[in-house]
Amino acid sequence: MKIGAPGTGPFAGPAASTALPMTRLYKRPRIREAIIQAVLFLCGVLSILITAGIVYELGKESLRFFTTDLWESTNKPLAVSVDVSAKLLEVGPAGTALRPGDIIRLDGEQMQVESVQDSVIRVQRGFRGTAPAAHQAGTEIFRADRVSLVEFFTGTQWIPQIGQFGILPLVNATLMTSTIAMLVALPLGLAIAIYLSEYANERARSILKPIMEVLAGIPTVVYGYFALTFMTPLLRNIFGRDVVEVYNTASAGIVIGILVLPLVSSMSEDALNAVPRSLREAAYALGATKLETALKVVVPAALSGIAAAFIVAISRAIGETMIVAIAAGAGPNLTFNPFQPAETMTGHIVRISGGDLSYDSIDYNSIFAIGLVLFFMTLLLNIISQRVVRRFREVYE
Amino acid sequence: MAHLSSSPTFAKQDFAEELSRRHRTARTMAVIFQASTIVGIIVLLTLMYNIINSSFGLVAWQYRVPPETLAAGAPLEELPREELLRILEERVSANVLRRLDREKPLTARSEQELYALVMERVVQPKIVKTWSLVDSIFRRQEIIQEVARDYPDAYLRFRSWLNARFLTSPQSSRPELAGVRTAILGSLWTVLITIIFAFPLGVGAAIYLEEYASDNWLNRIIQTNINNLAGVPSIIYGMLGLAIFVRAMEPITSGIWFGAAEPATANGRTVLSAGLTLGLLVLPLIIINAQEAIRAVPNSLRQASYGLGATKWQTIWYHVLPNALPGILTGTILSISRAIGETAPLVVVGASTFITIDPSGPFSKFTTLPIQIYQWTSRPQDEFRNLAAAASIVLMILLLSLNASAVLLRQRARRRIRG
Repeated sequence: MKIGAPGTGPFAGPAASTALPMTRLYKRPRIREAIIQAVLFLCGVLSILITAGIVYELGKESLRFFTTDLWESTNKPLAVSVDVSAKLLEVGPAGTALRPGDIIRLDGEQMQVESVQDSVIRVQRGFRGTAPAAHQAGTEIFRADRVSLVEFFTGTQWIPQIGQFGILPLVNATLMTSTIAMLVALPLGLAIAIYLSEYANERARSILKPIMEVLAGIPTVVYGYFALTFMTPLLRNIFGRDVVEVYNTASAGIVIGILVLPLVSSMSEDALNAVPRSLREAAYALGATKLETALKVVVPAALSGIAAAFIVAISRAIGETMIVAIAAGAGPNLTFNPFQPAETMTGHIVRISGGDLSYDSIDYNSIFAIGLVLFFMTLLLNIISQRVVRRFREVYE
Repeated sequence: MAHLSSSPTFAKQDFAEELSRRHRTARTMAVIFQASTIVGIIVLLTLMYNIINSSFGLVAWQYRVPPETLAAGAPLEELPREELLRILEERVSANVLRRLDREKPLTARSEQELYALVMERVVQPKIVKTWSLVDSIFRRQEIIQEVARDYPDAYLRFRSWLNARFLTSPQSSRPELAGVRTAILGSLWTVLITIIFAFPLGVGAAIYLEEYASDNWLNRIIQTNINNLAGVPSIIYGMLGLAIFVRAMEPITSGIWFGAAEPATANGRTVLSAGLTLGLLVLPLIIINAQEAIRAVPNSLRQASYGLGATKWQTIWYHVLPNALPGILTGTILSISRAIGETAPLVVVGASTFITIDPSGPFSKFTTLPIQIYQWTSRPQDEFRNLAAAASIVLMILLLSLNASAVLLRQRARRRIRG
């Protein structure tokens, strides 16, 4: 029902009466209706505000993360005491070399290096509004170091204590748990979907579908408990206690696979059910067996729907938090061994924010930078899956 | 199939062989498909088994003062008040007694309260080791021997970790006394706020999109955006809640503006922040479900209403909504059960790790049932794993009954529309 309100509502006056002069034939403004429509519109717009809020808040804190100065020690002391106005500083030869353009800090004062000549550096005093002051010989020089985008995306170490912020270990762990999850959920989910849509009779379906719904309704924290107290001991018994650590990405990944299994199977089944019956009957008429019909006719016809299910499942697996927080271990670790502990992006966010987190610390800002990466990863996957579904819908309409 | 057409000199015998091979493959794969389904069922059963297995079982207790020595003959819990008072006066130091008396006069306390005091102050039970249900049944003799060898003064009892006491006790650092009352109340408070916030907004947005929105770019963006929001990981909502509700809106969410802040907290990490965060999380789900319910209302109803001269809003309010209501409620219940099971966003928003006081309003500190399970699971001691399992059962019963009510509602609504 799409009526462009309030333009074409029912006529206000008794328009049918012929005794009425034509001038009365106008639409009475309905203030109450207009207000209600405006309020409902605002409810709809709120969703855009939520997205804007997510992007703004994550972006703001991430920006702060990339513009915060981390003061790293240069191991270079001031060689000769300087007074308030001196522009030339004599520094020791040891430690990290300073370059023109570097921002340095002595006690509370910040300076920008203008030029360097051997052990003498020319500086601009009182940089960024700090007050120039006299400094004693031996005062240590700290150099400002910001986390660059390149360092963030290519660094292989995430150790906030020493200012190492490379997201690769976290991304790697996330990709590992998600890959393992998909290795479990893809074949199983597709097989269950084919069974439910092509093989199962009405009775089997009426039993199996509620079971899948129950699986889908179990809270993730219970799955986390399951991973730690059942899946990990199981893996350790199979592969040996020396091989499999107490916390590992394999156990977390398998259980995430179980978590997304109902999603994969129910979305794929919908796609398979949407394939017209005539295609199946045509295949049977050509002498195909049930399996050949299912695998060579029905599945290819439903492929885009199935692909969409997989993409949504991957996005879900990437964003899954509690299972990895409980079972995958704490501490970023760049490893490709699924039996080693490794912290994922979500796991790191939960661990850091679960502790006593002070606002405006680099730790606090860093989890927002991770969150932003996570947000765009899942958003991209969701958009792709919607595109795929839209293409799929066009096929049989 | 490709094979059939490939060779013109196709012998009959080859065909028969080929056919039986194809049928064999078909049968094998049919078994594989069925087996995959069975794997799904097995996983669910294993999960249930794993939780139930840890929720019941033998427990080795040690008492500082064994209860039998306190009262000869009768069990401790059946003793009359006077006896319990006598035990307390005998065994507890005068200082402690005076303090307890000041909190609430001992003579005014009920039998149960006195019994709890005797257990806490005199008997002081302590769990030294626990076993799972299956072990307790099939390895009973070994366990009895092990206890006799390793803990000579311990008592072996069968314990159901899920008991009435567990449901009614607050959180405690001692596993034998810990319960989930605080957590259940926290969950209920949080979800109440979630419903108050998300239900009207979600249904409002759904009405707008289904009944009012014309097909222009803005409405298309809103619709796409809602679909995308439904796929955003829950932890991102937690970070949004942390930045907006906990920090930016601290004066409101802590209750300072209303003069209702609790002195102990007075920061934004309250039930209100948690409820609003979960509200944002379930909003897209409620909208999508409500949209489907509204779309399912036959168009003829609307036309009939317009035909009788009703305005648009009258049509929606008196005809569309009543007919869509069962569907909307079903979708809302399912979304709410998702909110009850959520853990990650609440950890980020700042659930309290340890509170023993029941939440008393929107400005209280909070913990919820899933948070409690998470914390107990993260502890290394076995006893806390048992508690986590028992709490999981409570949570799953809560969620399953919610889902069952949603399914019933859906079926009733279908019957009404058909009839």
